[in-house]
Amino acid sequence: MAAPKLLQGNEACVEGAIAAGLKFFAGYPITPSTEIAELCSLRLPQVGGTFIQMEDEIASMGAICGASLAGLKAMTATSGPGFSLKQENLGFAAQTEIPCVVVNVQRVGPSTGMPTLPAQGDVMQARWGTHGDHETVALCPSSVREAYVLAVEAFNIAEELRTPVILLMDEIVGHLREKVVLPEPGMLIVKDRAKPDKAPGQYRPYEIDRTDLSRVPPLAPFGRGYRFHVTGLSHAEDGFPTNSADVAGEQISRINQKIRLRAKELARVEELYIDDAEVYVFTYGGTARSAKKAVKEARAQGIRAGLMRVITIWPFNEDVLFKIKKRSPRAVIVPEMNLGQLVLPVKRIIGDACPVIPVNKVGGGLIEPEEILEALKEAM
Amino acid sequence: MALNLEKYLRVSKLPHIWCAGCGHGIVTQAIIRAIDEVGLDTEKTVIVSGIGCSSRAPGYMNFDTLHTTHGRAIPFATGIKLANPGLKVILISGDGDTAAIGGNHLIHAARRNIDMTVICYNNSIYGMTSGQYSPLTPEGSYASTAPYGMVERSFDLCDLVAGASGTFVARSTTYHARHLTNVIKDAIRHKGFSFVEALSQCPTYYGRRNRLRTVQDMMNWFSYRSVPASSWDKMSPEERQGKFPIGVLRNIEAPELTEVYAKVIERARGGSQ
Repeated sequence: MAAPKLLQGNEACVEGAIAAGLKFFAGYPITPSTEIAELCSLRLPQVGGTFIQMEDEIASMGAICGASLAGLKAMTATSGPGFSLKQENLGFAAQTEIPCVVVNVQRVGPSTGMPTLPAQGDVMQARWGTHGDHETVALCPSSVREAYVLAVEAFNIAEELRTPVILLMDEIVGHLREKVVLPEPGMLIVKDRAKPDKAPGQYRPYEIDRTDLSRVPPLAPFGRGYRFHVTGLSHAEDGFPTNSADVAGEQISRINQKIRLRAKELARVEELYIDDAEVYVFTYGGTARSAKKAVKEARAQGIRAGLMRVITIWPFNEDVLFKIKKRSPRAVIVPEMNLGQLVLPVKRIIGDACPVIPVNKVGGGLIEPEEILEALKEAM
Repeated sequence: MALNLEKYLRVSKLPHIWCAGCGHGIVTQAIIRAIDEVGLDTEKTVIVSGIGCSSRAPGYMNFDTLHTTHGRAIPFATGIKLANPGLKVILISGDGDTAAIGGNHLIHAARRNIDMTVICYNNSIYGMTSGQYSPLTPEGSYASTAPYGMVERSFDLCDLVAGASGTFVARSTTYHARHLTNVIKDAIRHKGFSFVEALSQCPTYYGRRNRLRTVQDMMNWFSYRSVPASSWDKMSPEERQGKFPIGVLRNIEAPELTEVYAKVIERARGGSQ
């Protein structure tokens, strides 16, 4: 077994990304994600990769798109204000199907907010930050080890689905230092993007399989003779712009469907004491650490509490909520370091089956286990 | 020898979207001729653009081509070049892309001296959105957002790139098509960041509003305002009024970013063992 290490969440994210094959990082310093850029600047050249500090957040997002098109696994990292700036090029990556990983270590917003303090205020921005119809894949770690594991997963999903993947961390996890035993090299599956199975003349970078809309066309790297065109304009299967409503509509549907149709296989969830639970906590990210303690304490006090922690936050995991709903719970508690961004999506599934009770905090304070415990007690 | 255009153009994607009389075809042809005469490997050459009329050119060019977001061609190209320094990267961008929304990227690419060639098709106007003023619209010119005439001073992009320590800077116009090809050839051969400002006529949205209605009017306007760089140096400030120099304006050597970074990788790998 590997020796335990004392690592910070941001550091674990970098080591995970490198284990996944990260070879290019472009970034811009921003609290509380800066350690990711710093460690990449040190570590990437050691593995033959490249680090560059760009002139701004927008350029960083553009540079990783370019590097990915040239064939490398590429990542950038930021926090709220930078995440806002990256949105246009993030949409470009979604539209043109460029695999890449964008880490957002959330801090308090809006605007400059509170740079050193935690929040979960970018949950909806991760989903809808860029314009137009698109699906989002966002993963949400709640421990240092999970930051490592999910960095690997984020790359696997990005490469397999040809899409940007958001690693939605928060300041709690990013700056947390804890003892971790990282997976041995080779223990985690590392996926690489599919190579074109057609000769350059026949290659169509946005080919549609009309019998299977989940199928992802392979992406050829630039510089290998495929001579193909990539544009943010709506395009046909050959990659060239189109003004046809049918052709454009079909492609927009496909880039959504390739993710939607995989919602179940993308869903990752941690369940605790759910079999006999009467009241549930629906949680994610750094807040889940307090939620877990609250649920354990509630159990110790004889309250049959259960915990559902969504690790894949987008696509939204409807199945776990249907599962909770079927058990006729007394209440679902939704603690978030925001003003309740996931309450409505939860209510959409739970409906009138039971009260959905938000426990919210903004302004940089943590939601403490006692606050969630209190909500659990009140719900009983 | 006649140029084999079919080798370089995606003929099936023609005709292009540019208006009758637009100069962008002349600039694109100059680039293709320069690529041909330098003998670039078309499979190892990537053409990158931003948004605007000029940025549609890569769609017609038979290379790996990338049409990015407004102003951001340089960051995307920076990623490509750093990821695979063996590729030749040529950028096509307009005056809005290069001087306005993407101005910051231009000066930083120049500062880094990353090996790429940026060709700015300067038609002094936002053509795609039908004629708003750009940072390169001459003072006093009319535009759809300058109905009383352009009140701002315009940039000298060549001075800007040189000021940002760009190692190769040149300017030419569509009137000087052969000269334009030659400076683009020099730019492509230059190791490091190279910048070419190519003045291109927009009779539809610039000329029409500025008493330069025909292509000939616009070409003549380029002709009488341009001065060879060698003569420019000898001219007094009064003589320079309303004119601009053409030719290679700056050509110096400096370490190139991807070569410097290759040494960083070598050091880091040695150090980690």
